Amino acid sequence: MSPFDILRMAIGALTNNKLRALLTSLGIIIGVASVILMIHLGQSASRSVTDTISNLGSNMIIIQPARSKRGAGGQRIRADNFDIEDVQAIKDGIPGVMVAPAIFHGALLMYGSTARAGSITGTNNDYLEVRSWKLEVGRLFDSSELTGGAPVCILGKTIVEELYGDRQPLGTTLRLDRSSCQVIGVLAEKGNTAGNDQDDVLLMPWKAVQRRFKGRDEVDIIFAGTRSPDQVPRIKSSIEILLRTRRGITSEDAEYDFEVRDLQEIVQTLEQVTLTLTALLGAIAAISLLVGSIGIMNIMLVSVTERTREIGVRLAIGATARDVQIQFLVEASVLSAIGGVIGIIVGLGTTWVIATLLELPLVVSYPAVLISFGFSALIGIVFGFVPARKAAHLNPIEALRHE
Amino acid sequence: MTRPIVSLENIHKTYGEGASEVRALAGVDFKVMPGEFVAVMGPSGSGKSTCMNIVGCLDVPTLGSYRFMGVEVESLDREELAMLRRHYLGFVFQSFNLIARTGAAKNVELPLVYKGVPRRERRALAADALTIVGLADRLDHAPSELSGGQQQRVAIARALVTQPRLLLADEPTGNLDTKTSEEILNLMVDLNQTRGLTIMMVTHEPEAAAYAQRVLMFVDGKLVQDGPPEEVLS
Repeated sequence: MSPFDILRMAIGALTNNKLRALLTSLGIIIGVASVILMIHLGQSASRSVTDTISNLGSNMIIIQPARSKRGAGGQRIRADNFDIEDVQAIKDGIPGVMVAPAIFHGALLMYGSTARAGSITGTNNDYLEVRSWKLEVGRLFDSSELTGGAPVCILGKTIVEELYGDRQPLGTTLRLDRSSCQVIGVLAEKGNTAGNDQDDVLLMPWKAVQRRFKGRDEVDIIFAGTRSPDQVPRIKSSIEILLRTRRGITSEDAEYDFEVRDLQEIVQTLEQVTLTLTALLGAIAAISLLVGSIGIMNIMLVSVTERTREIGVRLAIGATARDVQIQFLVEASVLSAIGGVIGIIVGLGTTWVIATLLELPLVVSYPAVLISFGFSALIGIVFGFVPARKAAHLNPIEALRHE
Repeated sequence: MTRPIVSLENIHKTYGEGASEVRALAGVDFKVMPGEFVAVMGPSGSGKSTCMNIVGCLDVPTLGSYRFMGVEVESLDREELAMLRRHYLGFVFQSFNLIARTGAAKNVELPLVYKGVPRRERRALAADALTIVGLADRLDHAPSELSGGQQQRVAIARALVTQPRLLLADEPTGNLDTKTSEEILNLMVDLNQTRGLTIMMVTHEPEAAAYAQRVLMFVDGKLVQDGPPEEVLS
């Protein structure tokens, strides 16, 4: 028997009972589709995390006071905020570092008759570099504006769109609560990352925010940055040493009352989490694939019983036990391979729909697709083996007499 | 001297062991020469079916010697028996046993598939065989679209297509009405006379056995009569 004849025979037997073939494949379709879906969504999520981080600025170091520290009596108290002198100390103490303070203040932004709530960030020009911002039009703060705390501001795209519409923002005066600022620049669009609108931002010289809104000398977060990623660990530890000294932490094992984090760490943590989740969901999906495979074995066993007489005829007219065994193996394999192909299509389709809805990047993993297909074909051979063996070992005389 | 196609010597067949032992055949001897049309008769349990299974290389005897075309069959394994059936034997059954939802020509082609005949050649050979049984215009009809007589003709075509040395028919008219039975039996006589096809047919109807040239009568696992129908059936 030629391989084509065997295949044709198997497909013929399956098309003789299309509905059953489809229902049997359904188990494999669902199994393969869910494995494909889980693996791809996991990878999309992981990619999304990486994209988000690099969008935020991949060489960024974030310096924040700890949420609490141990007080003199052993009770936990609020850790002290950093102030602008810490920023200056980092800038002076560590060569090649970019440092930007961030002082946040919520305010009502008004232009003409439009108004919206927004957050003002008081900072300096390094902020744009550290956080991978680009200026679309206009200019950065000049040094006199920075040192003098001039009321000038650079706007993100969302604020421009909502407050100005088609009007030109450059040179206009924007009201901020009871104060105001002159618009000197507009930032290039960054889009959404992880559901946060990156473009909903208004930058002012830190001194302006401090004077007009805060009245205190504190900063909320210090951002530091380097030119290349491999400098990040060195600069991070330099900052830690410097800040320990400044904050009077002298003993080696004393608790830090601040955190210096870089995004690589966060990336690694998040990737670890998504990887674990992907593995977990993939394992659950694999169980459904196993259930589907047992379905194939079950139906093939039923089919052998149902077609006992046919098997008897085949044996009588000259089929060998091996011919019969191969026929049933190929039937099971075709069934599961077809299920595999449909499952891959359904899985990728569903991945695409979900990725589009969740605005995740679509990552197609060809190894995953190939392995799923190979695995589903293998299922046919493994789970078709018992029924095929049963068919091959039928006694032709009894099989012919079977009712 | 021509060699017999079928040669049984002192054939015994027992099923089971000990107390439940059943002796289906107890010392059967006969020969079938090429070109003969032999009817095998006997009440149920007489051993005629067992005998046909052995002749058809579906089963091997417990004791005795069976030569099919000069080959000692009892020493062959399953695979070798299948090869004998594939190349030299044709089977026709009482209940036709066509593959459902499969066209007549495809059914007839089936033995050729196992024989490894190329596809194009198969189609032509199947059409030829169906023409011989008078179904040249029914090549693509499924069994369910054919009458009982037509289905049995397809089954005969399927048995003929490999040009076997021996056609074994097990109650071929058992499921057919009198008129159709006559047609099928006439077709078998025709195949026997014009093509020299050797035929062995199991039947319990004397009317059917009358079409053969020779009748073997089995009772209790033994061959009790062997002769022309007019002698045995009288």
